[in-house]
Amino acid sequence: MIIATNLSRSFGGVSAVRDVSFHAADGRITGLLGPNGAGKTTTLRMLYALLKPDTGTVQVDGLDTVQDPVGVRRRLGVLPDARGLYKRLSARENIEYFGRLQGLDDATLKARTDALVQALDLRDIEHRRTEGFSQGQRVKTAIARAVVHDPQNILLDEPTNGLDVMATRAMRGFLRELRAQGRCIVFSSHIMQEVAALCDHIVVVAGGRVVASGTADELRAQTGESNLEDVFVKVIGSGEGLM
Amino acid sequence: MGGSPGTAIGTRVEQQSVDTEQEMVMQASTRFGWWTVFVKEVRENLRDRRALGMALLYGPLFGPVLFAVMTAFIVGKQNEDAEKSLSIPVIGAEHAPNLIGFLRQQGVTIKAAPADPEGAIRAQDEDVIVRLTPAFGEAWRAGEPAKVDLLLDESRQTTRATLGRIRALLDAYSGQIAALRLQVRGIDPQLGRPLLIARHDLSTARSRGATLLAMLPYFLILCAFLGGMYLAIDATAGERERQSLEPLMTTPVAPGQIMTGKLAATFVFAAASVVTCIIAFAIGLKFVPTNDLGFDLDLSPLTALAVMALLMPIALLAAAVQTIIASFARSFREAQTYLQFLMIIPAIPSLMLVINPIKPLAWMLATPLLGQSLLINQLARGDAPGLAAFALCTAGTLLAALAASALAVRLYSSERLALAV
Repeated sequence: MIIATNLSRSFGGVSAVRDVSFHAADGRITGLLGPNGAGKTTTLRMLYALLKPDTGTVQVDGLDTVQDPVGVRRRLGVLPDARGLYKRLSARENIEYFGRLQGLDDATLKARTDALVQALDLRDIEHRRTEGFSQGQRVKTAIARAVVHDPQNILLDEPTNGLDVMATRAMRGFLRELRAQGRCIVFSSHIMQEVAALCDHIVVVAGGRVVASGTADELRAQTGESNLEDVFVKVIGSGEGLM
Repeated sequence: MGGSPGTAIGTRVEQQSVDTEQEMVMQASTRFGWWTVFVKEVRENLRDRRALGMALLYGPLFGPVLFAVMTAFIVGKQNEDAEKSLSIPVIGAEHAPNLIGFLRQQGVTIKAAPADPEGAIRAQDEDVIVRLTPAFGEAWRAGEPAKVDLLLDESRQTTRATLGRIRALLDAYSGQIAALRLQVRGIDPQLGRPLLIARHDLSTARSRGATLLAMLPYFLILCAFLGGMYLAIDATAGERERQSLEPLMTTPVAPGQIMTGKLAATFVFAAASVVTCIIAFAIGLKFVPTNDLGFDLDLSPLTALAVMALLMPIALLAAAVQTIIASFARSFREAQTYLQFLMIIPAIPSLMLVINPIKPLAWMLATPLLGQSLLINQLARGDAPGLAAFALCTAGTLLAALAASALAVRLYSSERLALAV
C-alpha cells in the first residue's frame, strides 16, 4: 500500500510536481494518467525514494521513503523509465543480479527466476545475451528483474511504451495476475485506453497537479462525459485553463 | 479514496511476521551488496574483449615489447661502435707524417679527406674529420703548440664514441712528445704532470644497465592506468548511457556499496594488468642481449614482488581517479576522451627522472607516481631502498588513493548523479 501526501518537487526553480496526493491500495491497479511532462515520472521517482520530495511524504507499507529508503525499496519492485539491461549478460543473469542485490539466497533466487521465466514466457531467450533483444524482450526481462524479490508493491513507469499489441496484452495479463495476488500496483501512462482497460483507480495528473481521481465510472460521473477520452480532455483542459 | 483503516491494519499485522525474516535478508544485502556488484562487474567485463585485451594483453605487453626492441637496438649499436676499427678522414696528412704514422701504428685507418668536409659532417657521412694545415709543420718545428682541428657535430649521439677514441689517441701522442722534449732538455718529464688522475668507476654492472631501465617505471605505472580504464568507464558513464543506472538505484543496496563494488572491480583489473606487465618484463629481460656489455639487466622474483607491492596503491589511485572522472562524463565516448588525457600524467615523473636523475627526498617519495618511479629505479639498479622509504612511498600514495576512493563513493550518494542523463 502506498500513500502519497502533498508531494511537491521542483528542479532549479521549475516546479515539476505540486501538492500531489493519492492512495494506492493493495489488490488494486492504480493508474497515473497524464500527458507527457505532467510530472508522472518525477512523482514515481519520489515513490521509489530516488528523489526526496521538497514537501510532503510517501509511505510504503507504513514506511517513510525519506526516513527508511532502504526498507521502502525492499518492498518495492520498480520498472523505471530507464530500463537498460546489461548486454553482455544473459536475460537470466540480468534477473539474478537484481535478485542478489535484493539479498535473495541461492535457492530462493533460483525458484523465483524459474517462476518468472515461466510467467513472462522468457524460455527462448533465458540464456541469450540481451544484446540485440527486441523491445518486447527487453521490457519483459526488465519487469522480471524488477519483481524478482517478490515485492508487495510494484511501480511501473510507462510499461507498455514501445510494445506491440501482443506484448501489451501479455503485460496486462501479468499485471492482472499480480493484482489477483493482492499486490499494490501503480503504473503511469499517457495512453488513456491503456489506463481505462486496466486500472481500478485513476489519478489524472496535469501540470504537476492531480486534476481528477477515481474509478473510470466516477470520472465519467464527475465530468458528465460518457466517453473516457472526453473526460481526459476535459479534466486536463480545465487544468490548463486555470494556469 | 479507498482503503479502509481495517484493511490497512490487517496488512500491517501480516507484514510484521515477515519482518524478522526480511530484516536478516536486509542486513545481508546491505552489507554484502558491494560484493554482488563486484562479481557482476568482473564477470561482465571478462566478456568484453576490448576491456580484457587492454587489461591483460595490449596494456601489459606494450611496455616490455617496446623496451626489448629499444634496448636490443641500443646495445647492438654500442657493440658495433666499440668494436669497429677507427677510420678517420684526414685533411693535409702530409703536414704531420709522424702523427699520422703514430695513428696508423695504433690501428687507425687514415682515409683521404672528402671534397667538402663540412658538408660530409652535416650529411652524417663522417663522424669526425681531422684537419692539419701547413702551419702545423712550422709550429711543430718552432716548438710551439701545433694546431689540430677536429670537425664534428657534437649534437649527434654517435659522434661521441669516435670523438672519445681520437681524442685519447691525440692526447697520448701529445704526452709522448712532451715527455721526449723535456728529456732532451734534461728535465724530468714527471714535472710536466702535476696531476695524476685515476678514474675509479663505482657503478656496478647493474647500475650501468639501469640507465636503460629508467623508462621501466613509466611502462608499469601506465599499465595501472590502462588496465582498469574501460571498466571504470563502463561501470559509470557506460551504466548511465545504457540506462541501467536508475534501475540499479532502485534496489536496497546503498549507493556507496554499489560504488565500492565497481571501484573494487576496476582496481582488480588494474592490478592484474600491473602484475602481468611485471611478469612480462621479468621474462622479457632475460632475452635482451645485455651480457655482451657486462650489464646485468634482471628483475629477480624478489625484486618483481617488491615492485608489485609498490604499485598496488597506484592501481587503487588510478581506479578511483578514473571512476571519479568518468562519473562526470555524459557518455562512454566523452569519458574515454577525458581518461586518455589522464594518461599523460603518469609519464611526467618518469620523464623528469630520465632527463634529470635526482637523489630522492622524503617529500618526493611520499608523492604518488614520483615516489614509485624513484623506488622502482633503485630496485631495478639492484639497490635496496630500505623499509622506511618503502613505507613512506606506500603510505603517501595509499592516503591519496583512499581519499579519492572515498570521494568516488560519496559521489554516488547524491541523487543528482543518478539522474543526470
